[in-house]
Amino acid sequence: MSTKSSRREFLKLAGLAGAGLVTAPAMALAGHPVAGANDEELGMLYDATKCVGCKACMSACKRVNGDYGSLAYEQAKFDPDKLWDAPQDLTGSTRTLIKLVKDTPKEWSYVKYSCMHCQKPSCVSVCPVSAMTKDKITGIVDYNKNTCIGCRYCQIACAFNIPKFQWEKAIPQIVKCDLCKNTNLKQKGISACAEVCPTGAIMFGKRKDLLAEAKKRLAEHPKQYVNHIYGEHELGGTNHLYLAALQFKKLGLPELKSEAPAEFSEKIQHTIYKGFIAPVALYSTLCFIAVRNMKKGSAHTDEQKKNSDGGDQ
Amino acid sequence: MSHDEYQIHKAKILTPSFWVLLTLTVIGFALIGVRFIWGIGAVSNLSDGYPWGIWITYDVATGTAIACGGYAVAILIYIRNKMHYHPLIRSAVLTSLFGYGLAGFSVMVDVGRPWNAYNFFVPSQWQANSAMFEVALCVMAYTTVLAIEFLPAVLTRLQETNWSRARAFLEKYHGRFGLDTPVVLEKLEKLRQRAVWLQPKLDKVLIFVIVLGITLPTMHQSSLGSLLLIASTKLHPLWHTGFLPLLFLINCMFIGYSIAILESVISSFGFKRPFEIEQLSGLASITPYLTTIWLCVVVGDLIWRGQVGNALRFDFYSAFFLLEFGLVASGSLLLFSKKRRQSPRWLFITAVLIVLGGALYRFNVYLIGFNPGQGWRYFPSLAELLITVGIVAFEILGYQVLVKLFPVLPRLHGHEVVEKA
Ligand code: SF4
Ligand code: SF4
Ligand code: SF4
Repeated sequence: MSTKSSRREFLKLAGLAGAGLVTAPAMALAGHPVAGANDEELGMLYDATKCVGCKACMSACKRVNGDYGSLAYEQAKFDPDKLWDAPQDLTGSTRTLIKLVKDTPKEWSYVKYSCMHCQKPSCVSVCPVSAMTKDKITGIVDYNKNTCIGCRYCQIACAFNIPKFQWEKAIPQIVKCDLCKNTNLKQKGISACAEVCPTGAIMFGKRKDLLAEAKKRLAEHPKQYVNHIYGEHELGGTNHLYLAALQFKKLGLPELKSEAPAEFSEKIQHTIYKGFIAPVALYSTLCFIAVRNMKKGSAHTDEQKKNSDGGDQ
Repeated sequence: MSHDEYQIHKAKILTPSFWVLLTLTVIGFALIGVRFIWGIGAVSNLSDGYPWGIWITYDVATGTAIACGGYAVAILIYIRNKMHYHPLIRSAVLTSLFGYGLAGFSVMVDVGRPWNAYNFFVPSQWQANSAMFEVALCVMAYTTVLAIEFLPAVLTRLQETNWSRARAFLEKYHGRFGLDTPVVLEKLEKLRQRAVWLQPKLDKVLIFVIVLGITLPTMHQSSLGSLLLIASTKLHPLWHTGFLPLLFLINCMFIGYSIAILESVISSFGFKRPFEIEQLSGLASITPYLTTIWLCVVVGDLIWRGQVGNALRFDFYSAFFLLEFGLVASGSLLLFSKKRRQSPRWLFITAVLIVLGGALYRFNVYLIGFNPGQGWRYFPSLAELLITVGIVAFEILGYQVLVKLFPVLPRLHGHEVVEKA
C-alpha cells in the first residue's frame, strides 16, 4: 500500500504546520525597532523626594472612585472598631498605595504604587474580550467590568503586578487606576491624587511635559536623585514616571528591559496566525489527505474482508 | 466506515467504584457551590500574585493535553493512513470529549465573571492579539467537534434500541406523570427514525469534522504555550522561550499517544478484556520519535539562549526541570526496545513516565517556574484540590457509565487473531 507516500505527505504537512511555530520565535528574536513613545499621552510624575507620606492621595482616590471602581474601605486585623482603612498592598479595593521603604535606619523613602499606564500595555494585549483598553488620544489604560470575564490573564501579564482581583466577592472585578478617567479627570481635568497632593509630589500632565520637568529636576539637583527617570524606557515606556533618591529596585519597582513583553508575544502570535493562512492551509491539506486515505482505506478493508472472511486486518 | 467494530460493554453500572467516584464528584460540586456564593477567595489560595492556580494548570493546561488521545489517534488513523488503529478511536474520542468538556466547565468555575463570556461571540470585543482568545474559541469549537465525532455511537444505539427500558418504565408508572404511553412511544419511535435518517448523512460529512478535530487542537495546544510568552519577567528562563508554542504542540501529541495506551491498558484491566497489544505497540513506536524531537528542541533552545548552566545548577528550578526532562527521556529510551513495546507491563510503565514528565512540563510552565516576585507564595488549598478531584472523578465516572450504554469499546472478535500472534 501507499504507506510510504502517505508518510512523506505527513512529514511535509508536519513541516508546514511546524514552520510557522519554528520561524516565529526566530523572527521575534530578530527584533524590530520599537516605535517611539507617544509623548502626547497623559500621565503623572511622582517625585519620591517630595512625598511626605500623608496618604492624602490614597484617601482621595477611594473617595472619588469608591462607587465607580466599587472600592471599599479595608479593616486591619487589629482594628476591632473598623474605623481605619488600612490596606497592606494594592488590593481589590485599593488603586493606589503609599509605602515607606527603609534602606538603612537613616535612609528611607516613600513610594506610591498605581498603574503605570504603559505605552504598550501587556494587560491590553492579553485581554481576550477587550475589557482592558488603551485610549488612543489620552493613552489612559481603562478597564470595563461589563465585558471582563474575570480570567485574570491581565494579572499574569502585568510585570508590575498592578491589576488586582476582588477575591472575596461573589461578583468580583479587576481593580486598577484609570487616571480618574470617568471621575475627577472628567470633572476637573486632573487626577484626584495629583489634585490633593499638598507637596506637589504628584504632577499631572502630558508625558512630554512630565519628562521635561523630570529632566530639569535631575539637572538642577543631581545629588538629590538617582540619575534615572523610571518609566522613561522601561517596557517601551510608561506614562507614570518616577524620580527617587533610593534605587528603584529597593522601592519595589522591578528592573526591566526597554522592550515591551507584548511586542515579543504578539510578534510570535501574528507570525503563526497571519491572515489565518496557516490554519486554513493546514485544514485543507489535512482534508485532502484524509479523504484520499479514507477511500483507499475502505477499498483496502473490503479487499481484505473478501480474502480473509472478516478477520482482523 | 463500518459501525460494527464497536460494542457496548455489558456490565453492571452501579459498582463500588461508581459510588466512590460519585461521592468525590458530589463533594467537588458542593465546593463549587460555595465558590459561587462566597467568591473564589473562600475556597482557594489564589492571590493577586498567583491568579492562576491548580484549576488552570491542571484542569485546563494539563487536562486538555491528557485529553489529546482522540487528537493523536485521529492523526494516525486519518492522516497517516493506518486504519487498523480505528477501533481505538471511539474510546479516545469519548475521553477527549470529557476532558475538554470539563476543562471548559472548570474554566467557568475559575473565571470571576462567567456571565460575560458571551463576549467571545461579539466580534467588536474580539482581541486577536490575545492567545487566550484563540484558545477559548478553539476549545469551544473542538468540544463541539468531539460531540459530533461521538454522535455515531449514540445514533447506532438509538437505531438498535426497542426502548425496552422506557417501556418498562412507562408500564410501571402508567399515567402517573400524566404520560400517555402510546404517544410517548410514538415520539420515541420518531426519534429512532430520525437517527436512522441522520446516520448515513453524518457518515458522509464526518471526515471533514474529524479533520477539523485535528486542526483545532493543533492551533489551541500551541496557543496554550503562547499564553505564557507575555510573562517574560515572571516565568523562569528555563521555560520562557519563543518556542513555547512548538513545545506545547509536540508535548500534547506524545501525551496523547501515551494516554491512549494507558487508557486502553487500564480499561482492558478494569473491564477484564484482552489487551490490544498490536495496536498499542504501534502507538508506542511513535512516541519516542516525538519525544526525541521535543527533547532536542528543549536542549537546543537552552544552548541557544545560554541557559544550560541554569539547568544544571541543581537548585529548586533546575530540579524540577531535570525531573521533567528525565521522566520524558527515560520513558522514551525504554520504548526504543521492540520487546518492551510488546509487553503490557512495559507499555504501562513507559506511558506513565511520559505522561508524568509531559504533565510536569506544563506544571513547570504554568506554576512551578512562575514567580511574580515580592514574596508571593502559592500552594493549592484543600478545597481547591477537592474541586479538581471532583471534576476528574466525574470524568472517569462518565466514561465508565457511557461505555456501558453506548458502543464505544472495540469489538472483541478480532482478538483471537491477536492472541495467536
Ligand atoms: S502597569 Fe500593568 S496594568 Fe498598568 S497599563 Fe501597564 S500592564 Fe497594564
Ligand atoms: S480579567 Fe478581565 S480585564 Fe483582565 S484579561 Fe481577563 S477579561 Fe481582560
Ligand atoms: S489617578 Fe485617580 S484612580 Fe489613579 S491613583 Fe490617582 S486618584 Fe486613584
